[in-house]
Amino acid sequence: MSASQSSAPLPEAMSVTLTINGETRQLDVLPWTVLLDLLRDHLGLTGTKKGCDHGQCGACTVIVDGRRINSCMAFAVMKDGARITTIEGLAQGGDLHPLQQAFIDHDAFQCGYCTPGQICSGVALIEEGRARTRDEIRELMSGNICRCGAYTNIVDAIEQVIGADGEAGR
Amino acid sequence: MNRFSYLRASSVDEAVREAAADPTVRFIAGGTNLIDLMKYNVERPERLIDITRLPLDRIAETDGGGLRIGALVTNDAAAYDPRIKDRYPLLSSAILAGASPQLRNAATTGGNLLQRTRCYYFYDPGTPCNKREPGTGCPAITGRNRIHAILGTSEHCIATHPSDMAVALAALEAMVHVAGPDGERAIPISDFHRLPGDRPEIDTNLRHGEIITAVELPPADFSRHYTYLKLRDRLSYAFALVSVAVALRMEGDAVAEARLALGGVAHKPWRDPEAEALLHGRPATRDRFIAVADHILKDAKGHEDNAFKIDLARRAIVRALSQAAAGTPQSQTDKRIK
Repeated sequence: MSASQSSAPLPEAMSVTLTINGETRQLDVLPWTVLLDLLRDHLGLTGTKKGCDHGQCGACTVIVDGRRINSCMAFAVMKDGARITTIEGLAQGGDLHPLQQAFIDHDAFQCGYCTPGQICSGVALIEEGRARTRDEIRELMSGNICRCGAYTNIVDAIEQVIGADGEAGR
Repeated sequence: MNRFSYLRASSVDEAVREAAADPTVRFIAGGTNLIDLMKYNVERPERLIDITRLPLDRIAETDGGGLRIGALVTNDAAAYDPRIKDRYPLLSSAILAGASPQLRNAATTGGNLLQRTRCYYFYDPGTPCNKREPGTGCPAITGRNRIHAILGTSEHCIATHPSDMAVALAALEAMVHVAGPDGERAIPISDFHRLPGDRPEIDTNLRHGEIITAVELPPADFSRHYTYLKLRDRLSYAFALVSVAVALRMEGDAVAEARLALGGVAHKPWRDPEAEALLHGRPATRDRFIAVADHILKDAKGHEDNAFKIDLARRAIVRALSQAAAGTPQSQTDKRIK
């Protein structure tokens, strides 16, 4: 803390309402609480991972109001009223999300640390409907780094789900 | 990160009024650069004004036949907007060349213009930096400077502006609309960012308390002959070493109008109207393109690690002009340079 702040009153926690994985919760958060830290440290939702903490790796990707974002680059207080989906919210009952199953089918991870972010990003990518080719999947998954280098299998997994959706849509 | 107080602004007037009274305030919208800078203690605002609830998130037609992009329109929404894709594909292409889908979903049009340089020294409070702490010196000039500027530098700063979007806006001659304590004004994009000179701590000509409300695209017909060519150390999710935005209006084989802006090479998107004039009314030939590139780079100055950028920029300009003239814009998906 710098001396210049000593005279300012300490800001207080603010009440925000967040719907996380379908459950609406009222939470008191300090202004500087980052969404990623709120999920992991305050709510125990440790599926979302802290990788670089600077918006460069995508391990912290969650889906906010239908859009994938880096939760490390968002203050929780700014998301008042938002609907948030994390990796913990993708399975329905005992059934994995099709992309979760596809990651298992294609062995699309090694150490697994980037996987929750990869899957949340991939789920949003599929919803966006802009990726059809492998080149497009690769480019639109470029915000998720995998240091084990499982990229080929990750693209395979996403392609499987996009292909299945395409079949269903015909 | 430092502690700060937080205000959620409910009107532009309120945001401007609150900011004008307090020099330590920062506006926050997407947060993708400001939060990063706060985590590094480069930015230490005592108060944040959240502007995300202001009604600045629409893209609207202007009376003159252009488009007005609200400051809070996300980079994603702008890039995929059918009107922008159809009428200003150069802008869409440049936005999609930058960042990642996650960042583009959060980052806004106004914030993109106001992002700070990614100079290693600026980002490291353990080192001197004239931009971060005026008067402390510029270690980049004698240090690691691979990503730094070759045009418009000063003895005080050789940082580059990192935006791709702004490079396209420079070629499209956008207007930046702002509101401030003294009312509203419009700033041509070419006057929005500034060169470092002896005040490198000042990135733009925005005054304290002013807020960007919109970016206006004038009517133009550059939807067929354009390209955004971005060269970088990896094919996606990396800042430009050199980028070139080109917008041409062709009449037969001749160039009727040429706009060209460079990214990754200067403290602001780099335009050179004299070089562009070399193309006007002339056939689109490789020799002409080389003459344009030579003119743009005639005063370029390299440092130890980035001298390669001069030759890279020369080739990129020629290639980008060729792509635009042929009507074969650079793909931002497979990245193959044709």
